[in-house]
Amino acid sequence: MPLATRRTLLAMLFTGLALLGLVANTRAADTVTISIACSGVGQELEFCTGAAEAWARKTGHALKIVTPPNDASERLALYQQLLSARSEKIDVLQVDVIWPGLLGSHLLDLRPYAKGAEAQHFPGFIANNTSHGRLVAMPWFANAGLLFYRSDLLQRYGQSVPATWEELTASARVIQEGERVAGNERMWGYVWQGRAYEGLSCNALEWVASHDGGDIVEADGRISIDNPRAALALTTAAAWVGRISPTAVLNYAEEESRGVFQAGNAVFMRNWPYAWALAQAEGSAIRGKVGVAVLPKGGGAGRHAAALGGESLAVSKYSRHPAAAADLVLYMTSAAVQKDRALRGSFNPTIAALYQDAEILQANPFMGELLATFTNAVARPTSVTGARYNQVSHHFWNAAHDTLSGKATAEQALARLEQSLKRVSRRGTWR
Amino acid sequence: MADDSLRPPFQNALLRGGLAAQRVRRAWWMAAPMLLVLAAVGAWPLLRTIWFSLTDSELSNLGDYAFIGLENYVGEYGLLASAEWWQAVGNTLLFTGLSVTLETLLGLAVALLLNQASRLRTLLRAALLVPWAIPTVVSAKMWSWMLHDQFGIVNHHLLALGLIAAPLAWTADPQLSLFSIVLVDVWKATPYMALLILAALQMVPEDCYEAARVDGVPRWQVFRRITLPLILPGLLVAMVFRTLDALRVFDLIYVMTSNSRDTQSMSVFVREQLIDFGLVGYGSAAATCLFFMIALLSIIAMGLMRRTFERAAA
Repeated sequence: MPLATRRTLLAMLFTGLALLGLVANTRAADTVTISIACSGVGQELEFCTGAAEAWARKTGHALKIVTPPNDASERLALYQQLLSARSEKIDVLQVDVIWPGLLGSHLLDLRPYAKGAEAQHFPGFIANNTSHGRLVAMPWFANAGLLFYRSDLLQRYGQSVPATWEELTASARVIQEGERVAGNERMWGYVWQGRAYEGLSCNALEWVASHDGGDIVEADGRISIDNPRAALALTTAAAWVGRISPTAVLNYAEEESRGVFQAGNAVFMRNWPYAWALAQAEGSAIRGKVGVAVLPKGGGAGRHAAALGGESLAVSKYSRHPAAAADLVLYMTSAAVQKDRALRGSFNPTIAALYQDAEILQANPFMGELLATFTNAVARPTSVTGARYNQVSHHFWNAAHDTLSGKATAEQALARLEQSLKRVSRRGTWR
Repeated sequence: MADDSLRPPFQNALLRGGLAAQRVRRAWWMAAPMLLVLAAVGAWPLLRTIWFSLTDSELSNLGDYAFIGLENYVGEYGLLASAEWWQAVGNTLLFTGLSVTLETLLGLAVALLLNQASRLRTLLRAALLVPWAIPTVVSAKMWSWMLHDQFGIVNHHLLALGLIAAPLAWTADPQLSLFSIVLVDVWKATPYMALLILAALQMVPEDCYEAARVDGVPRWQVFRRITLPLILPGLLVAMVFRTLDALRVFDLIYVMTSNSRDTQSMSVFVREQLIDFGLVGYGSAAATCLFFMIALLSIIAMGLMRRTFERAAA
């Protein structure tokens, strides 16, 4: 092809593109492009994209789906960098239940846009998402730590669903020994999340709270973790490692423990509700043999405690189209979308009324019981520690991990933790 | 100028007058663009980091901060009183010491082998570069999978050979994780050392060896008395480069073990404070310490190298 023709062609191409751009620009006058960052864990991306596209069809706005890293800490780091650079690249972001205190100053107050819709959601979740009197995120789905058990094995060995950690330890041991004698040498009693990360903070907080050992940092800022009940809780858990839990549990996150449980190699598992839909899915080795219960109490005098988790949707303060972005958030957190997510993905709604919905209860029989779990769930101490929560959690999971791996006794680890937290909090002032 | 008297008088007069000044001015103009770029990408961020290290700035609210003097460094809440910082310093020094020593020894061995004339040499030299050419993040991830405790190929083969009884958690076990990281770094950086040493080896004049052969000097003595002294300057340069590189190690450790305290290097510590904890002031103080530590070591290394070179030249 002669050079001249090629140039003409190129020129035509560019003119064409420029014209297209003009057309797109004139369209942009009434409809805008909203970029939304969904998490890509498991089915989450599919559900997030689906609902967002439905909104785009309804309103005529355009969408840009951004997929941030799967690892929650990486995602937080990315958000922090984008937001502190006042970037307008992301309008809507999915935020974890522990982030409103950290990111609050960069997020839009949604109360004027919600027009009272926030009243349908769990009050505890709304309180968690309120930072300095501003509603910075709308609850999207809730999570709480649950005890999954193999109903068939409990029945075969004549065990009941454990109400205390002592009962769980005893049943786990009986069934583990029995199954190993019967030929399954890889059988373990109990799997959970023991890697040194945020998940261990949730697990350990559940142990401590179920023994009435406090919330690490109390609402008034007092550091309460160095107490005998908390030490008892950690000692109890440390005794599982190598006995009813594999030593590798010290490096397990959610998916590793689910891998062991779903392969049929564990009697009990602590996990979030998402594991239910997958355990009961077609092709699962334990389909129809799984039960769900609240986590055990710490001794007869303890209480059932589940760590509160969950995700919300927020709008960046630096968004160029705050009204449209807020509209997308309210659509995605609405009862209709939450119901669809509950039916098809066993995501727990954050709207209390949906826990009485017959269709949802049929698809997820355990959700009825969860309502009580959510109302009594233990929140991680994010509001009192604010921007320092990450440091608190980091020190807490390290103390727990040191105890579990036998590097220190619970008493030593907790005494050291108290010192570190005093340092982080500037002597309990959380200034 | 001590040797002014040696120059013809007219040239001296010219140099002292307008011409010299003009030349100096022109030189500054020529260097100005480069100096500006250096100031923008080097000096400005560095000075800003040092300034931030004297404030209580936080990532969640970068605009609002107060000057707090040296509080981030000294005092009860200062960096120098933090056990975690000193553990990061210790980890980094241990990592640097182990990896540079192993890389130098292995690199020297490989270079000596490659220095033997052979038809395969060109091919081997190219093949050797492969680990060095793979981006660190990719090789770190690749090794993480190979070292995985459940389905890693390393455990699989060690188990099959009967060398270990149970799978080892290479990157999770606190006793093993730093060792695993050193192993991967050695795998990656040995080729670099080998090639630099090979270049030095090929500079050694052939007649030295010929003379030694004629005199019947044993091979070990040839290596000790001829090869080693002659390649020493090159070897030292390579070691200094590797050391400075190893002191600011980040990617390998971050990919393989994330923020784990058992393997955290100084750079990983800095990132954790700056990003994960949002403590821009405190993190900048750590970054500043890291910078001055590396600067100090570079100056010492340069001084030592100059002495060695002068001795080699004498």
